[in-house]
Amino acid sequence: MRREGSPFQGLGTVAVKELSDNLSSARVFVLELLIVLTALAALYGAIDNLRQNTAQDPFLLLRLFTVDRAPLPSFVAILGFLIPLMAIGLGFDSVNSEHNRRTLSRILAQPIYRDALLMGKFVAGLATLAISLAALWLMVIGLGLIFLGVPPGSEEIARSIAFLVIAIFYAGVWLSLAMLLSIVFRSPATAALVALGVWLFLTVLWPMLAPALAQVIAPLDPRYAALGLQTPETAVWAQTLGRLSPNNLFGEAMLAVLSPTTRSLGPVFLEQLRGAVMGAPLPFGESLMIAWPQTVALIAGTIVLFVAGYIVFQRQEVRA
Amino acid sequence: MSDTEASTANDAVITARDLTKHYGGISVVDAVNFDILKGEVFGLLGPNGAGKTTTILMMLGLTDISSGKISVLGHDPARAPLQVKRRVGYLPDSVGFYEHLTAAENLSYTAKLMGIPFAERARRIVAALARVRLLDVADKRVATFSRGMRQRLGLAEIIVKQAEIAVLDEPTSGLDPQATHEFLGLIRELKAEGVTVLLSSHLLDQVQRVCSRVALFQAGRIVLMGPVADLARQVLGAGFVVEVEADGPGLARRLATIPGVTDVETLAADRFRMTADRDVRPDAARSVVAANGSLRRLSVDEPSLEAIYARYFQTHKEPSGGARHAA
Repeated sequence: MRREGSPFQGLGTVAVKELSDNLSSARVFVLELLIVLTALAALYGAIDNLRQNTAQDPFLLLRLFTVDRAPLPSFVAILGFLIPLMAIGLGFDSVNSEHNRRTLSRILAQPIYRDALLMGKFVAGLATLAISLAALWLMVIGLGLIFLGVPPGSEEIARSIAFLVIAIFYAGVWLSLAMLLSIVFRSPATAALVALGVWLFLTVLWPMLAPALAQVIAPLDPRYAALGLQTPETAVWAQTLGRLSPNNLFGEAMLAVLSPTTRSLGPVFLEQLRGAVMGAPLPFGESLMIAWPQTVALIAGTIVLFVAGYIVFQRQEVRA
Repeated sequence: MSDTEASTANDAVITARDLTKHYGGISVVDAVNFDILKGEVFGLLGPNGAGKTTTILMMLGLTDISSGKISVLGHDPARAPLQVKRRVGYLPDSVGFYEHLTAAENLSYTAKLMGIPFAERARRIVAALARVRLLDVADKRVATFSRGMRQRLGLAEIIVKQAEIAVLDEPTSGLDPQATHEFLGLIRELKAEGVTVLLSSHLLDQVQRVCSRVALFQAGRIVLMGPVADLARQVLGAGFVVEVEADGPGLARRLATIPGVTDVETLAADRFRMTADRDVRPDAARSVVAANGSLRRLSVDEPSLEAIYARYFQTHKEPSGGARHAA
């Protein structure tokens, strides 16, 4: 049975309204403040570190993203941790609050499909995250100019834009997850708790669990251990399992894009390194190729989770 | 099929034929048939959970139809929901608004969703707010609004839409008498403009005051349908209900012997309700006096929906055996 009319009718209206709600809400302001302050602290550490060890470095700007100083993690590591928090904060009550405020049936009685409401909310959430991340990106570049005094080269700008795009899709995964939970659970508190639980599990527990699980699947070989080496199968399993966490994918993609000397993200055999000049940077295109699978995985995760939410939402009853 | 076409021809705006909705094997709406004519105020009555809201949601294409057919303004709401929703206004049960937005902003958002052009929007919103007497609070946040104001704001939305059919789900439940009175006045104004109004309620006397026809729902079926006066004849059996408050020996028996009285019900030791085919008050007074009783009150009731409803559920126990009470 075919429906008449476009599913996108009203999409723009919903997206603009939700975006303005997001940007003016106290919740987003607090989340942004949290990210900016933490990022500033990380950047301060990085700048301090870079000033003291000014080596010949063609990618000084990129170092700002990745260098850390003792107690503080690097800027990228902090983002990997905080972007999910912000995305969850935006999405956990997007649909169930419409139910609870009893606005859903009134809005859906207007000439729009449910598709427009859900997609409008997603687009607005992603736009909010993109705006925040772009502002943060500009802040890093500005601070780099002021404190390091070195104008960034075109390749550095290209790499940092790649960083921005990947970060937005990383946020998209968590936004889709939070919205899915906001559709499944009628209570915003439950949705938020579940989302935060998933976030803690994937960012804190999973990196510890993955190697343990890998050892169960492929037990360590004592011959390698005797030589002080990792068992290759176990290492491959540990990496594969670790990649189930979007946090890990984001970290790997960032490593490839922001550290131009990265040649591979997996175990490397000696023969693969034949002819390679160790420590020489790869061209931007090559780095992007290395980060590509991780990027695609993040985009796919965003889409799959959104579609899951979409299906559940289409089948849900409107009445409270 | 020819039957359906014939009835759509004589200006029925909503036609339901064997409309059915199942939830996990249980029929919430069970083979319901009705026609709503252009310009009438039609009441859907029944206890909570009788299937009124589900019927309304199927009308708007907001929930799937399990079987049967419904046509709204000539469209099938399952296939062409946008066509239907463009011309039908809906005020849900305990309507909600975005609390952080003002009344005007809330209306402006839905007006955009309706696709009303920019130039037209502001004019229509001001006019609608003026009609429901909310113009002076147009720029106040909805969070500060009382329930009655929210209901009126919901009606303003239907006015902005210039809907041909207004579907109101329990619009007056939880309102104080003053707010209810005002709201019913607004419904009458809509009717006077030629808008077809579909009203669902379990508050009977209010429905009686505005509806031209009613349908009585019970456990997903329409058990009675027609103008209130017709239903009274059908259920109560006669046009006059006289209540007598008096004491005296054997009054009930004496009252029953009055010619024209079909039934005497003893409500209390000194209160009797007589059903008759004519006004039997003079005869009743005479019998009380003849029995040496003291007559305290003698009143004739208009056939009330309340009485029809109570009587109907008294004589037709629910088939499921559940002890559910009307309203």
